Amino acid sequence: MNESEKMIFDANAFDPLPEGSLEQDQIVRKKTSYWGDVWRTFKKNKPAVISLWVMGLMVFFVVFGPMMNEFNYYSNDYSCTNQTPNMVHWFGTDNLGRDLWTRVWEGGRISLLIAIFATLIPEAIGMTIGGISGYIGGKLDMFIMRVIDVLMGIPSLIYMILLMIVLGKGNAMTLVIAISITGWMGSARSTRGLVLQLKTREFVVASETLGASPAWIIAKRLIPNTLGIRVVGITMSMPGVIFYEAFLSYIGLGVTPPSPSWGQLIKSAGEVFRYYPYQFIIPCVCVSITMLCLNLIGDGLRDALDPKLRS
Amino acid sequence: MLKYISKKVLIALATVFVLATATFFLVKLIPGDPFLNDKIPVAVQDKQRAFYGLDKPLPQQYLTYMGNLLKGELGYSIKKTGRTVVDIIAEAFPVSAKLGLTSLVFAELIGLTFGILCAQFRGKFPDYFLMVLAVLGIALPSMVLGPILRLILGVKLRILPVTGWGDWDQMIMPAIVLGLGTIAGNTRSMRASMLAITTQDYIKTARAKGLPPIKVILKHQFKNSLVPIIPNLGVQIASVMMGSFVVESMFLIPGLGRYFVDSITNLDYPLIMGLTVFYGVFLVTMNLLVDVLYGLIDPRIRVK
Repeated sequence: MNESEKMIFDANAFDPLPEGSLEQDQIVRKKTSYWGDVWRTFKKNKPAVISLWVMGLMVFFVVFGPMMNEFNYYSNDYSCTNQTPNMVHWFGTDNLGRDLWTRVWEGGRISLLIAIFATLIPEAIGMTIGGISGYIGGKLDMFIMRVIDVLMGIPSLIYMILLMIVLGKGNAMTLVIAISITGWMGSARSTRGLVLQLKTREFVVASETLGASPAWIIAKRLIPNTLGIRVVGITMSMPGVIFYEAFLSYIGLGVTPPSPSWGQLIKSAGEVFRYYPYQFIIPCVCVSITMLCLNLIGDGLRDALDPKLRS
Repeated sequence: MLKYISKKVLIALATVFVLATATFFLVKLIPGDPFLNDKIPVAVQDKQRAFYGLDKPLPQQYLTYMGNLLKGELGYSIKKTGRTVVDIIAEAFPVSAKLGLTSLVFAELIGLTFGILCAQFRGKFPDYFLMVLAVLGIALPSMVLGPILRLILGVKLRILPVTGWGDWDQMIMPAIVLGLGTIAGNTRSMRASMLAITTQDYIKTARAKGLPPIKVILKHQFKNSLVPIIPNLGVQIASVMMGSFVVESMFLIPGLGRYFVDSITNLDYPLIMGLTVFYGVFLVTMNLLVDVLYGLIDPRIRVK
């Protein structure tokens, strides 16, 4: 650049900006919240979004399916037992002549409710307790871990029976509460393990140095960072819970017959699987689709929640 | 070191003591009476109760039980007349333990390998293939998988015996049914935990200094990604060795699993207590070992 090309500015060529015209410094785009950001990343994950739609469809059938034909889930009809799927009974009938279409969707109500709430609630309890235990450490950690040891040692069937006596057995609500009260220990232990690993990391130390309160660090720094791994645990425990209900009703603690649930339908059809495979396959497919979707949604959420995996 | 271990052992003993106490009183809260029976005269029922000490006030029952527990006596089972609880456990536990451990060792090895493969091929075919398998493995519980396997392998192909216990080939099917969930769970957790550390600085350093990828994976990534998996190992080992109600009743295996359910539904107090204490001691021991292992693997959480 030589001298002759040097630009010369004349002060008179500039006008001072009028007051209040500084809009260009402001952020025009809407501020994205943490969850807005998560949603934006989630939307990019095709399988997860499709799964979300399929789950929506599942919920639709579970809510409206039983109303779509004239049968109900409890009336026996001995003139048409063990029918294969046909125009009248879309999913066939069982050994008491009950319409399986209605029973499958009616059962889905209970199973879905239990699968979702009886995993999320204990997870929330476990994360909170595990987070506090891991972060505070010392005597409190020691105490909480020993309490968990004791609670895990007591056979869960004992609490189940006692809780059913207190809460009254036989409905989905009771089951959700009972499973929540008895099922948080594993998640607390796992969250604690993750928090122990995270709490010496720089971002936590930085927050501590800036004077953040322990509650804030646990809620905003530690737990979001454990979510990625815990989401896997959550989606994994869902089918277990569905079949735990079937097991409970087998020993008389679950949902009382004739109310169906997927677990129960599969269990009772498993015994006649060789002769009436459709009775077994249809609810199995429902459970498998639900599980696949919830798992894929879980994967999508994991990728969206974990800032380290966002690209 | 000795002081550290003895402190841990003391705490473990206290845990078992609290566990036994809590279970003792919780079980008594369950309404019902194991001796109530219309066909047996009341006088005989009272005599039975007296034999098991159930006619005494609760605090006295508790003290007697704890005293016997210290001597290592777990009492007689109520439903399995004439047999001691120690007897029952000594007979059934080795069966469940053998099946459980075999299943767990294979499940851990396969699950961890699958998890590493998934993480290595993230978003490619092997990843999707193994993940679908894993999801199916989680979605198919033993109640579903058992009948299917039995039909295919036992009835149609006649490769494996349908039920029973004793020969090695009778162990294969129950071990698969028992282990599939663990394989699937480990695949997913391992994948997630491997992925969570791929972007860590020490992995980048290891790669940057020119280590071959296989060494980076095995020496750096694998070891570190075990950290979130290990805390569950204690519980996993303990629960799998105690036997599974569903699998054992499905394959007619004389293991411990069914007693955990039967004893409670029968209100067989000595057996419930005996099993709980046994399981408690086992669980606490496993957790102790896992705690030590945890420190060995991750120096960041090593106890000072």
